[in-house]
Amino acid sequence: MNMSEIAVESGPVETVDLSARAADFPILSRPVRGKRLAYLDNAATTQKPEGVIEAERRFYRESNANIHRGVHWLSEHATDLYEGARERVRSFLNAARMEEIVFTRGTTESINLVAQSWARNTLQPGDEILLTAMEHHSNIVPWQFVCEQTGAVLKVVPITDDGELVLEAFDELLGPRTRLLAITQVSNALGTVNPLAPLIRRAHAVGARVLVDGAQAVAHLPVDVRALGCDFYAFSGHKLYGPTGIGVLYARQELLAVMPPWQGGGSMIETVSFEHSTFAPAPQRFEAGTPNIAGAVALATAIDYVLEIGLERIGAHEHALLAKASAAVQALPGVRIIGNAAHKASVLSLVVEGIHPHDLGTILDADGVAIRAGHHCAMPVMTRYGIAGTARASFALYNNDADVDALIAGLRKAQDMFGGRR
Amino acid sequence: MSAHEGFGDLRELYQEVIFDHNRQPRNFHPMADADHIADGHNPLCGDQLTVYLKVADGVVQDVSFVGHGCAISTASASLMTEAVKGRPVDEVEALFRDFHALLTDVAPEGRDFGKLEVLAGVREFPARVKCATLAWHTLHNALAGARDTARTE
Repeated sequence: MNMSEIAVESGPVETVDLSARAADFPILSRPVRGKRLAYLDNAATTQKPEGVIEAERRFYRESNANIHRGVHWLSEHATDLYEGARERVRSFLNAARMEEIVFTRGTTESINLVAQSWARNTLQPGDEILLTAMEHHSNIVPWQFVCEQTGAVLKVVPITDDGELVLEAFDELLGPRTRLLAITQVSNALGTVNPLAPLIRRAHAVGARVLVDGAQAVAHLPVDVRALGCDFYAFSGHKLYGPTGIGVLYARQELLAVMPPWQGGGSMIETVSFEHSTFAPAPQRFEAGTPNIAGAVALATAIDYVLEIGLERIGAHEHALLAKASAAVQALPGVRIIGNAAHKASVLSLVVEGIHPHDLGTILDADGVAIRAGHHCAMPVMTRYGIAGTARASFALYNNDADVDALIAGLRKAQDMFGGRR
Repeated sequence: MSAHEGFGDLRELYQEVIFDHNRQPRNFHPMADADHIADGHNPLCGDQLTVYLKVADGVVQDVSFVGHGCAISTASASLMTEAVKGRPVDEVEALFRDFHALLTDVAPEGRDFGKLEVLAGVREFPARVKCATLAWHTLHNALAGARDTARTE
């Protein structure tokens, strides 16, 4: 792979200040433990703007009915809103067709859908699933299930000390038995942005399909599934300023068309008798039961919100905060950043000598600074670096310099508490 | 500034005794001739420890631990070993019950917790109760001869 290929996905350079947008998020004005809230746990979930909260409320107040069922006006109205949300997601990902967008509960369910519908029915003993060492548990465990069910085997692309994929190893591990590459676009534990497009081209060249875990990407950079060329793309609404319990699976039409259903129930059938049932076409075939209608509608509102600001601008704003915070923590003694990839998004993961991440989390929390402490559902990453966990700050569009300052002050205070009396 | 100035509630949680036992845990070593051993694990934060015991005539003759964890879990394990060494097993189990109540509920009347009292501040930090009780759950399992890993998650 040459550098020009990688440069296609290089980081933003423009500087933008979006911090006035914090006013759009009601929760950010509530004090926590008597202090101003500095919410830096955005990789876990983002806060919701007023418009998204209002969209859910408005749905239940004005539009609530079950979809794809009733002949009554309200049902048609709710169906229009739900399918309208699907169209907004299609546009957001630049998918070719609405029918390629399946609503799920979130990234985890999206990946499990592909695992149980596509992979379980496609893979043969000895086939290989290629993962990377920076995957979230939700992009590891579903494939372990598939391996047990089919006899396929997992291969894992290692990462460097800086948290980048070892590209030579990628080329070596990718082979004629590789049937699937399942890879994250942005690492939740390290912040690494992977150079996906060239990797996907290489995977396709050996006949493999590619699933991209977009959970940590969609809120930070523009995603175009056709430019990426991936076969499957999964993300969650709640990490994109939308509600919990709603997520998306994008899958190429020709794949969805032949994938069997994985959950049975209402909405996903054509005809049912006790002898035999036939199934609806995609995407309904994969949406058994009454879906999270209000969640889908509010997710569409969240998409409108980020698109109105612009994902390039959001990425640039967050990148400036990440750079400022990274420089400040590097100036502290005994602090080590875990994940120093050349191209990162949002995430600052660190360890402090002599202070367990959990203690850091509590000490920061006492000052209203919300971070995550632990393994971030990426235990193999922690094992790779020989640590039990990290303290992770992750930035969103509403964060500002005061949040960075509160983080740094909290780290100093923790060091003072733990080391000051030595 | 002085070490705890302006630390508010945190001072209740992170008392000097905690820092002391975190930096220099007591009875922190494996025990080759232990007759009771159990592992404890808190998957949430990755805390992991092993508790070793020698029990004779219904009394904890010796106790030690190894592992890694946050300051609260390390200090709690260290303080626990000091508190239970030389005590009858039934007293140790009663102390565990009372200690757990101290951290999660209402402090039992009339119980002198000695140095363990410094962990009472954990009550104000529910997310950390599991850290402070991991060693005790593990000790309980070791005494019961349970082979499963104790979990506080």
